[in-house]
Amino acid sequence: MNVKATLFAAFLALAAPLPATAQGFGGLGSAADEAFAVPTPAPTFDFPADHGAHPEYRIEWWYLTANMTGPDGTAYGLQWTLFRSALAPFETDGWDSPQIWFGNAAVTTPAAHYTSERFARGGTGQAGVTAAPFEAWIDEWHMRGETFDVLNLRAAGPQFSYDIALTAQGPLVFHGDDGFSVKSEQGQASYYYSQPFFDLSGTLSLPEGDVAVAGTAWLDREWSSQPLASDQTGWDWFSISFDAGEKLMGFRLRQSDGSYYTSGTWIMPDGQTTALPNGSFDAEPLESVDVGGREVPVRWQLRVPDFDVDVTVAAINPQSWMEMAVPYWEGPVTVSGNRKGIGYLEMTGYD
Amino acid sequence: MIATGLSALWSHWRRNPLQLFTLVAGLALATALWSGVQAVNSEARASYDAAAATLGEGQYDQLLPKAGEDIAQETFIALRRAGWLVGPVIEGQIGAAGAQVRLVGIDPLTAPGGLGPVAGGSIALPDFLEDRPVFANAATAAKLEGFIDAPIVVEPSIAPDTAITDVFVAQRVLDAQGSLSRLIVATEQPMGRPPLERIAPALTRRPAQGGSDVGRLTDSFHLNLTAFGLLSFAVGIFIVHGAIGLAFEQRRGMVRTLRALGMPLRSLIALMAAELLVLALIGGAIGVCLGYLVAASLLPDVAATLKGLYGAQVSGTLQLRPAWWLSGLAISVLGTGIAATGALASVARMPLLASARPRAWATSRGVMRQVQMTASIGLLGLAGILAAFGNGLVMGFGLLACLLIGAALALPLLLDGALRLAASLARGVTAQWFWADTRQQLSGLSLALMALLLAMAANVGVSTMVSSFRLTFTGFLDQRLASELYVSTESIEQARALEAFAATRTSEVLPLLSVESELAGLPAELYGARIGATYRENWSLLASSPQVWDLVAAGDAVLVNEQLARRAGIWVGDALTVAPETTLPIAGVFGDYGNPIGQAIVSEPLFAQLHPQVRATRFGLRTDDAGSLRVALTAEFGLPAQSITDQAQIKAFSLGVFERTFTVTAALNVLTLTVAGFAIFMSLLTLAGMRVPQLAPAWALGMTRRRLGQLELIRAVVLAALTAACALPLGLALAWVLLTVVNVEAFGWRLPMYVFPRDYAVLGLFALGAAVLAAAWPARKMSRTPPADLLKVFANER
Repeated sequence: MNVKATLFAAFLALAAPLPATAQGFGGLGSAADEAFAVPTPAPTFDFPADHGAHPEYRIEWWYLTANMTGPDGTAYGLQWTLFRSALAPFETDGWDSPQIWFGNAAVTTPAAHYTSERFARGGTGQAGVTAAPFEAWIDEWHMRGETFDVLNLRAAGPQFSYDIALTAQGPLVFHGDDGFSVKSEQGQASYYYSQPFFDLSGTLSLPEGDVAVAGTAWLDREWSSQPLASDQTGWDWFSISFDAGEKLMGFRLRQSDGSYYTSGTWIMPDGQTTALPNGSFDAEPLESVDVGGREVPVRWQLRVPDFDVDVTVAAINPQSWMEMAVPYWEGPVTVSGNRKGIGYLEMTGYD
Repeated sequence: MIATGLSALWSHWRRNPLQLFTLVAGLALATALWSGVQAVNSEARASYDAAAATLGEGQYDQLLPKAGEDIAQETFIALRRAGWLVGPVIEGQIGAAGAQVRLVGIDPLTAPGGLGPVAGGSIALPDFLEDRPVFANAATAAKLEGFIDAPIVVEPSIAPDTAITDVFVAQRVLDAQGSLSRLIVATEQPMGRPPLERIAPALTRRPAQGGSDVGRLTDSFHLNLTAFGLLSFAVGIFIVHGAIGLAFEQRRGMVRTLRALGMPLRSLIALMAAELLVLALIGGAIGVCLGYLVAASLLPDVAATLKGLYGAQVSGTLQLRPAWWLSGLAISVLGTGIAATGALASVARMPLLASARPRAWATSRGVMRQVQMTASIGLLGLAGILAAFGNGLVMGFGLLACLLIGAALALPLLLDGALRLAASLARGVTAQWFWADTRQQLSGLSLALMALLLAMAANVGVSTMVSSFRLTFTGFLDQRLASELYVSTESIEQARALEAFAATRTSEVLPLLSVESELAGLPAELYGARIGATYRENWSLLASSPQVWDLVAAGDAVLVNEQLARRAGIWVGDALTVAPETTLPIAGVFGDYGNPIGQAIVSEPLFAQLHPQVRATRFGLRTDDAGSLRVALTAEFGLPAQSITDQAQIKAFSLGVFERTFTVTAALNVLTLTVAGFAIFMSLLTLAGMRVPQLAPAWALGMTRRRLGQLELIRAVVLAALTAACALPLGLALAWVLLTVVNVEAFGWRLPMYVFPRDYAVLGLFALGAAVLAAAWPARKMSRTPPADLLKVFANER
């Protein structure tokens, strides 16, 4: 999910009142400074400490998406994201902190898509992550619990809020090579693990009233210091939960020459994983719609021949556009074809 | 055909260069004053906007401490963590004494959108956070040299004497770690926030359009300037109207000839319109250049005045903005269009075979007079209604406009009546001819005379207002600045020592205790006063209850200033809540012309009880021997000389502000009067050429040319004197509106109106002088008319 690093750099450059210059943005996105730590193969994770922040790495996020249904069977989706981006590989205790935090929340209904975003600086207590007890927060938004397995999740925007309880039903899942996830043929990589087995219940507050919801959620944890390869232009990322219990994470990094790099993870109901190297996961856009003047593919054909997957993924709300400082598309999807299921789709680089 | 038509039209101007000059000069003058004033206004506004954009005062609600200066940083975090989207601001003064700069620290990550350290700047957020530069304009940057260790980036759009940086740098430089000055509230807030009182009970929310908004405060000043600009423009348009009307009248013959030769009326009209458009653009372009000069010479005074009056920082340098060029040219074209519509319409309606004899200037038009009279009565009536029932600043200016235009329209009718009366009283042939001839010329001169009327009335009105203001203010200063010396100390300990030191050496020590607060729902300042002889003897109150000082001294009553009383609709006898759970009756209302916001005064003990954290560090000292006390304070007590301010110094500074206001007003007065004089001059000059047929018979009957010239001069003086006589009451009415309507709306205080007969007399003399000067050359020309020309009248008689 390294695209998000670029995305975040762009957020920083654009969202702020200071207009970005090419240099300013480029400077942040250039090759990792020697001072930042760089992911290395065959990592050993130390939990719960690694659920917390890693200020010595340039970028990091806690990224949760959820598929839910209301009492009447209506499908809903929600997103809760906390990004960290460092200007320097350390943390201080004050306004001179080089750690910058960025929060992003959304609720998607079949007819509407509500979003909100927050910015904060580290060092002041306005945003941060502690490992044990676990709490990730920015302003009044939080994701917290005694352990990483039982969490309470809250966020609010001008038009929505949610208060959600999450309970893990399975183990953590490590992507790539035991959590070392390669992002390009040139070798850019990140540390990447997930908790895709959350059961969820809670309340969405929407303009039309409160809705009690239940469903499942998928939490991604990733950190790195390297940006994408310079020829990578955008990203299509899928997290799918099949009705039979298997799960699939797959992404497609689009390159400027029209080719793309894919990667993915096949997850068994017990948490066992199989990494899907470049080419063994494939996603093909079937249908695009006009989203605020942009052509965005909202129906896809996914194929993983090794695991007999040949499914169509369709957006529940094709207009799930994140109209934020740097816009992108993120929303819940339904899965049909030779397997049934639900999931989340994130697409960047279409604006 | 078109080329021929154009050359025929142009030949008129070639033969009458003076008329061409009149037209272009009139347009240029009108545009110059208008665009000059607009330039000054927009420059000032741009400065406020820069300040407001960086400080978020205009656009956003703010959270301020209910008392005191500081907000703890923990409060900011607590608010954010409760869902209050607020952005922190820390501010303070740095730099050398006398060249201080307001340093503003913000957090670009939480500052509401569009409220940037440098809107329109050229730095990326990561660079801003990594380098933490300080932004300031060039002049401010120079003042910061040596006082700040962060890199300084020059950014012209930043308000003068303001520097903006990251909150981290500002807290460090101001030595205010962990504390903030105020919080800016984002417009969009998330659902489900707890109320402010629960998270931060010590803060109060000030709405975006708060009473201390600089732009609003200075509005009245800018409206004054705009009114002046508009007035000058109106005067200029009178000139243009005259010049165009004359040129078209004189070209009726040519129009007829051209049409007889086969030129379609439509093309002819189009050509004439195009000709005027070109002239309007030329005049407008010259006017904008002149306007730039006017603005550049006025701006430093305006900037100084605004700073002194309102504390509003306006950069004293003028930037050329494309908007002025465009608006200046547009107003010139528009004015020409207004002035020329009638003339073009009359050409379009002229029958092909009609006589080409110029007529409009020689005869008075009955229908026109009817219309004028109706319009005038209507406008004056409307002015009366507005004066009686209207309220609000805009209404005040509407009232002014109705009054001025109505009076201007009524002027020719009044003059005509006066002249008719004079004619009926006249004895002798010459006198009767003189009055009749004057009356006949009235319609040709009336526009110029209206211009003179407006210029004089504006002069009388504005100078009455400013002088009344000055008199009142000087009296107010004497009352308010009673202490001979004002002393500021560094710390509370030093303050205590000073009080002890001064106790034996002075007759009274008056601590200056104040805290920003909210009274009657308005931003205001609460003062604690040591009620003693100084207050009892020096302060005169606008309204008071018996034993007012005893009541206040005992802590049983409060004094409020006039602006607070008027804005909140409270007066003596009403109750005012000065602090939570402390409500006192108002015992007196005092005039307060030194600041725009509300004030209330309670006794020192009560103040100490309400705000125990606020201690006085500045004092007024009463003494009979200020000189030796000053020596004692510096030599014995060890106070640095710059901590002691003389009463005379403060007075001089305060009066200086008004002198500068005066300078601006006087400059504008002179300009408008000049324009009016020019209008008279041009009207007389153009009339002079046409009047030969009327003067020839008088000459033939034995009147000398010299005598005729003298009569011309006398006529100008008579008309100017009559106009001045009309201008005086109009000017006083204007002053009354400015003082009792506009001032109360704009500042919150009503000034007593003083009249200055001597000033008016001088002004009247100036107006007469201008008229004589304007009439001198035409009269001289008349007295030099070759007899042959006069004879030709009879030869060519039609």
